[in-house]
Amino acid sequence: MSVKIESEPLFSAKNVKLITDPINRNNPITVLVLGICSALAVTVKLEPSVVMAISVIAVLTIANVVTSLLRNTIPSRIRIIVQLVIIASLVILVDEILKAFAYDVSKQLSVFVGLIITNCIIMGRLEAFALGNKPWPSTLDGLGNGVGYGVILVIVGFFRELLGSGTLWDYRIIPYSFYIKNGGFYENNGLFILPPMALIVVGIIIWIQRSRTKELIEKE
Amino acid sequence: MAMNKQSNLYIFVYSSIMVIVVAALLSLASTALKPFQQKNIETEKRLDILKSVGSAKEVGTARNKHEYVGNEFNKVIVDQYVVNLNGEMVEGINPFDINLKVEFSKTASQQNLPVYVAQMDDESLKYILPLLGRGLWGPIWGYISLNDDFNTIYGASFAHKSETPGLGAEIATTDFQSQFKGKQIFQDGNFVSILVVKGGAQPDDIHGVDAVSGGTITSQGLEYMIKDCLKNYQNFFIKSKELNHERED
Repeated sequence: MSVKIESEPLFSAKNVKLITDPINRNNPITVLVLGICSALAVTVKLEPSVVMAISVIAVLTIANVVTSLLRNTIPSRIRIIVQLVIIASLVILVDEILKAFAYDVSKQLSVFVGLIITNCIIMGRLEAFALGNKPWPSTLDGLGNGVGYGVILVIVGFFRELLGSGTLWDYRIIPYSFYIKNGGFYENNGLFILPPMALIVVGIIIWIQRSRTKELIEKE
Repeated sequence: MAMNKQSNLYIFVYSSIMVIVVAALLSLASTALKPFQQKNIETEKRLDILKSVGSAKEVGTARNKHEYVGNEFNKVIVDQYVVNLNGEMVEGINPFDINLKVEFSKTASQQNLPVYVAQMDDESLKYILPLLGRGLWGPIWGYISLNDDFNTIYGASFAHKSETPGLGAEIATTDFQSQFKGKQIFQDGNFVSILVVKGGAQPDDIHGVDAVSGGTITSQGLEYMIKDCLKNYQNFFIKSKELNHERED
């Protein structure tokens, strides 16, 4: 085995690309269309979106590192089970820690912490990247994909809360006096509260992203 | 080491070790964090009780939440006791330790029903009753406080385990809860409870509040919860009202 590992700097162009790529050109939600289910469920409000984004970044990064460290020992026939065990234990740990030290946040997220286990992005990154790469690139890949997921979540959450409830982070943005029932002209768009609107917002984001990044458009 | 990673033996050993390590890790975390979680749950319960009478407002800015809520609880809640279906006192049980889920699995006549009495700044007494019901995804619970006419609602606080944020979870917001103030649970001496009206209650409806938009099943669960929990207190209401009258006479 060659020992020429140190020759590559920690933030070489290739490694930086591991972080930046999933934020735009390889975004897990808008390009790979993974993790849609949780993107629909948690984005009714901004706050759970942000907390969910942070939790997924943490779980994905740590799971990537752990899998990468174990990659040479994992028998390939049960690798999916091993990955699932790693993810599930991390998520339960996160849940327990939140319950002990950030009780309010844990109440906010309620079921969605458990749903991180079923987030396809995490499984996808472990299978596609961490199993075949060293811990450091895996860390960056986990961070990048987590952030790429989180950015979309926060954007969707922003619009859904603003247009659906007239608030942001539970602070009122659109004054009560604007509302029709208080003699104004404005009404919240109830559709934004419901999950289908998240899909439509994600669709609009994909549209904008594709019109700006031409190489995403398929030849035929 | 020459080890065949594809062999069944390797896979068996590998998965056994993995399971043991993970189990040890998780049970360790669970045991170590239990006291903290328990404290959070107790403080949360006290806070929910206090919220139903509009107390403990500065909890957001309190430096030590546990201490602040504990002090406030001791100050506001002047009495707490347990009654049964006939409205008689049950001795020897601490109402704070009562698990409503256990009580509701008993027959109505054997249930222990907790009552918390709060004294407000103007010396008036409010009676706080616990609620427990089913939402869409899991349990919902709360506390409702009544004036000493045992008819008019003074305040309410609701909480939930896993309702959807922005939809069913809206029952935990002050916007929703403030609707209950001033509503009445009796009509001409008959128990009617509170109706959660889909599409919005009429402004002059003294028994109805607006349902949560997009949270129909949670709203319905909340309506059933209030009705099912308060109906067992009817005898207590009647007896206490008589007692109050005697005291005034």
